[in-house]
Amino acid sequence: MTDLLRTPLHALHVELGGKMVGFAGYDMPVQFPAGIMVEHAHTREKAGLFDVSHMGQALLTGASMADIAAAFETLVPMDVAGLAEGRQRYGLFLNPEGGILDDLMFANRGDHLYVVVNAACKTADIARMKAALEPGVVVTTVTDRALLALQGPQAEHVLSGLNAAVLDMGFMDVATLSLDGVDCWVSRSGYTGEDGFEISVPERHAEPLARLLLNHEDVMPIGLGARDSLRLEAGLCLYGHDIDETTLPAEAGLGWAIQKARRAGGARAGGFPGAREVLAQLADGPARRRVGLRPEGRAPMREGVELFAEPEGGAPVGTITSGGFGPTVGGPVAMGYVPAGLSGEGTRLYGELRGKRLPVTVTALPFVAARFKR
Amino acid sequence: MKYTEEHEWLLEDGDLVVVGITEHAAEQLGDVVFVELPEVGAEVTKDDEIVVIESVKAASDILAPLDGEIVEVNEALADNPGLVNEDAEGEAWFFKIKPSDLGPMDDYMDESAYKKFIA
Repeated sequence: MTDLLRTPLHALHVELGGKMVGFAGYDMPVQFPAGIMVEHAHTREKAGLFDVSHMGQALLTGASMADIAAAFETLVPMDVAGLAEGRQRYGLFLNPEGGILDDLMFANRGDHLYVVVNAACKTADIARMKAALEPGVVVTTVTDRALLALQGPQAEHVLSGLNAAVLDMGFMDVATLSLDGVDCWVSRSGYTGEDGFEISVPERHAEPLARLLLNHEDVMPIGLGARDSLRLEAGLCLYGHDIDETTLPAEAGLGWAIQKARRAGGARAGGFPGAREVLAQLADGPARRRVGLRPEGRAPMREGVELFAEPEGGAPVGTITSGGFGPTVGGPVAMGYVPAGLSGEGTRLYGELRGKRLPVTVTALPFVAARFKR
Repeated sequence: MKYTEEHEWLLEDGDLVVVGITEHAAEQLGDVVFVELPEVGAEVTKDDEIVVIESVKAASDILAPLDGEIVEVNEALADNPGLVNEDAEGEAWFFKIKPSDLGPMDDYMDESAYKKFIA
């Protein structure tokens, strides 16, 4: 395990009693002594502090924002040119068949784009951006900043104690704000379904800032275990599980992320990898869809559980791509892919668990309503 | 009390053996959210997987430590799986088995051997 990388908060995690595990090449806390159930509930009720420094941060610079946006639009099916300064958007990298290579966040920070990608994909993502965009647009990996997430209904109250300007930020706004005397890149976003912030902070200031936030009585450190149960209840995709190279945006329920300007008939329709396949599936409707699933009873159904239309016999019609116990829901929750004809809310399917088929019901996502500040 | 390498504790109670998981195991599992118990009256063979335990992190199971008949299960765990985290070596016993032969109990670890095993 000596070859695992460490984030700038590693020593703090160990000091706080974090149970450390390897994740995407990093030694990360899966939980703290309070445990996943308590951490999950605390984030939904008050505020949780997450270390997401393992994720990749990059800056895209060029002659002008128009040039950068035009270049980035050749890589993602999003409306980048139409993204206002100080705003962030969800994005997707696609392969030539339209399969999803990674999901990401990108923000217009005036004279550059700030991009955050998944830890496990970051090397490939950076290489892909460099190959496609340079030399016209320069891709710089940010290696000297940590990334914290402060999530939960009390996040605004806690962070506004350090800088009242966060009160003026709405969901998906970004700004450079001084926190504890240090310039941080703050976005009002997250991965829990709760209101909250993601904070890019110079690495040497990461631990003092984390300690300052944790000193607030409403803030508790949260590990990767609760991060996963929170995002699952929020119906958010985990790359490599709910979406991957074999899933296209429409079937993954991510068609909303492709703005009008990039769709058929839009001002800048197509022009991204897999455009033909992606736009055709958006127009025609996918043959299968990602849906929410509620298993009956208490037994969690996890990734890989096969789904059947009938209680006995027949071939599987789909598979669960993430699942587990939803602490706020108070029972098992899952997501998976099923044929479009079986994707209607209330459709009864069966998940095969340890040789037994147990009923599951197709359910609207998210399982727990989002509470973003619009 | 005896202990298995699968982190079960075994307590002889007359001609029965009460079975649970150790505090060490409960801590490793994390918050337990689901327990599936065997049927009362089931005849089991040593190493049969007879209990499923799901925590927020993962699924695992308990193996039958002895050949015998399941004579009682702890129904409280079905309604309150979190009991495993609260009192693993007390209230949160899983089942009572009537072994066909108590002899194999001698092969299991005593407390000091188990403590060394998990150290």
